[in-house]
Amino acid sequence: MNSLPKPESHKRAAPATAEVLRAVPAPVRESRSLWSDARVRLMRNPVALAGGGVVILLILVAILAPYIAPYDPLHQDLANSMAGPSMTHLAGTDVHGRDIFSRIIYGTRISLRIGFLGMLLGCVVGVTLGLVSGYYGGRLDTFIMRLLDVQLAFPGLLVAICIIAIIGPGLENVILAVGIFSVPLFARVTRGQVLTLKEQEFILAARMMGAQDGRIMLTHLLPNAVAPILVLCTLRIATAILTAASLSFLGLGAQPPIPEWGAMLSDGRAYLSIAPHVATTPGLAILITVLAFNLLGDGLRDALDPRLKA
Amino acid sequence: MLGYICRRLLYMTPILFGVSVVIFLLLHLVPGDPARLVAGIDATKEDVEIVRTSLGLDRPLPVQYVSWLGNVFRGDLGRSARTHRPVTHELRLTIPATVELTISAIAIAVLIGVAAGIVAAVRRNSAFDYSSMIVALLGVCTPSFWLGLMLMLLFAVKLDLLPTTGRGGWENLVLPAVTLGAGAAAIIARVTRSSMLEVLGTDYIRTAHAKGLSERAVVLRHAVKNALIPVITVIGLEFGYLLAGAVVTETVFAYPGVGRLLVEAIEFRDYPVIQGALLLLALQFALVNLVVDVLYACSDPRISYE
Repeated sequence: MNSLPKPESHKRAAPATAEVLRAVPAPVRESRSLWSDARVRLMRNPVALAGGGVVILLILVAILAPYIAPYDPLHQDLANSMAGPSMTHLAGTDVHGRDIFSRIIYGTRISLRIGFLGMLLGCVVGVTLGLVSGYYGGRLDTFIMRLLDVQLAFPGLLVAICIIAIIGPGLENVILAVGIFSVPLFARVTRGQVLTLKEQEFILAARMMGAQDGRIMLTHLLPNAVAPILVLCTLRIATAILTAASLSFLGLGAQPPIPEWGAMLSDGRAYLSIAPHVATTPGLAILITVLAFNLLGDGLRDALDPRLKA
Repeated sequence: MLGYICRRLLYMTPILFGVSVVIFLLLHLVPGDPARLVAGIDATKEDVEIVRTSLGLDRPLPVQYVSWLGNVFRGDLGRSARTHRPVTHELRLTIPATVELTISAIAIAVLIGVAAGIVAAVRRNSAFDYSSMIVALLGVCTPSFWLGLMLMLLFAVKLDLLPTTGRGGWENLVLPAVTLGAGAAAIIARVTRSSMLEVLGTDYIRTAHAKGLSERAVVLRHAVKNALIPVITVIGLEFGYLLAGAVVTETVFAYPGVGRLLVEAIEFRDYPVIQGALLLLALQFALVNLVVDVLYACSDPRISYE
């Protein structure tokens, strides 16, 4: 009984407690936007940061290629053909005596260009189709989705090969092929987001305020659907680079003497027993680049939607 | 169940129709005269005209499509512009090699992937878990053509254990199958691990432990069965993708399959063969997807057939 506080003392204590509560800020979590939360989560993920760091490094290498490459990537030195790695040629030379290290550096430009432009093409077309299909629904939705199902009926690389069979080999054609091959995925992800979002009240409110369909799609739906699209963009750059390298390896992509990694690897396979470095180095460059984009993409996915974390 | 399969077949019909239209139009989308493309670059003007009339390339496009589709159903895919042999003959020569390669590759992928995934999940956060998942991540990112060349360099050139190219006995199949299956094994391992982790955290597994069952019995008799349901889908999808991957692997190892035939046909602009090979690979892909859907429905009673 003695331990129970007396009513009077309780009355006296009340103002003091209120003062303390006023003086000490309540431990309320600071409200942050989706992007701030994602940034914090991304910064706490060392693997994703490492991937992002390598991606930044690759972009810098691509931009500064003429300044950091020790040799002209197309300069031939037949007297020095297939020389092994040395201080003069860090990664050795190829069958034409060209410096492999310089070609790898310039190849970064080509691979990133294919990756970014291919992804961008797939993203723009796919997101547009996904927005229209999801927003309007009905027969238009069925038509677009069935059309994309036809493309999905071919395994990915075959779509690219099919397009190359029509338009012919070449670097620009590879960009087009890897872009088209990414369209269905972007369309499906966007459509899925739009189908969820379009039933929400803020879209109804926008409609009631008289907003046009185009405006609703671009200023209300798209910004809210952008997180999974951003993740897909990062992951698709890796796929585009890998697919383009595969096409070049098959002789259907970049043509000689362009220093594209897949084509360089293809050149080196004939000399595998006498000069293995010619085929080894470009393969490592592809592996590191694809790995970096995948790690960054996985990290972004975990940061933007922690529920999906593996 | 039969009804479910019929409905899936019905759903596939418009998609396969679309696929056939795309493959038919391939010849007409290529810049240039389709008759010249079919007859070959070195064909005379008379040969080109004969091809044009015999294939009906002077008729309206829809009529041509119906006629082409009729021929496809009769097993007539035209003649190769390069070898002048029927395309079906060319495909018949190469199909066994591709089937052999893809089945071996998926078998390797399933054995390694499922085993690694289960052990990694059971020994979560162990050295095996971390190392196998790092290897799996590298497996997903490694270009198959590079892996093939590196395996060739090690096992054929340096150690002289296996042949580098061609088709023959099992020894010719090892390197191409491992190369083709490595990426799929990596994906299957990752999916198996995450599916197993999910199942191992459920109440019925805790109950099995509480009953005093051994770890081995809990994992093999109770957890694996349910954890493999999503893995079946991934295995099926990967099997489909292996058909496309075979194009690259067959080129690396000069393996005489459909993929290599397709790449050579593109190099020589042999359009009847390109159409035939693409049609065959797309049909196989669709068939594999159908089998996966049916297997999935069979393995999980919660999936409604309605």
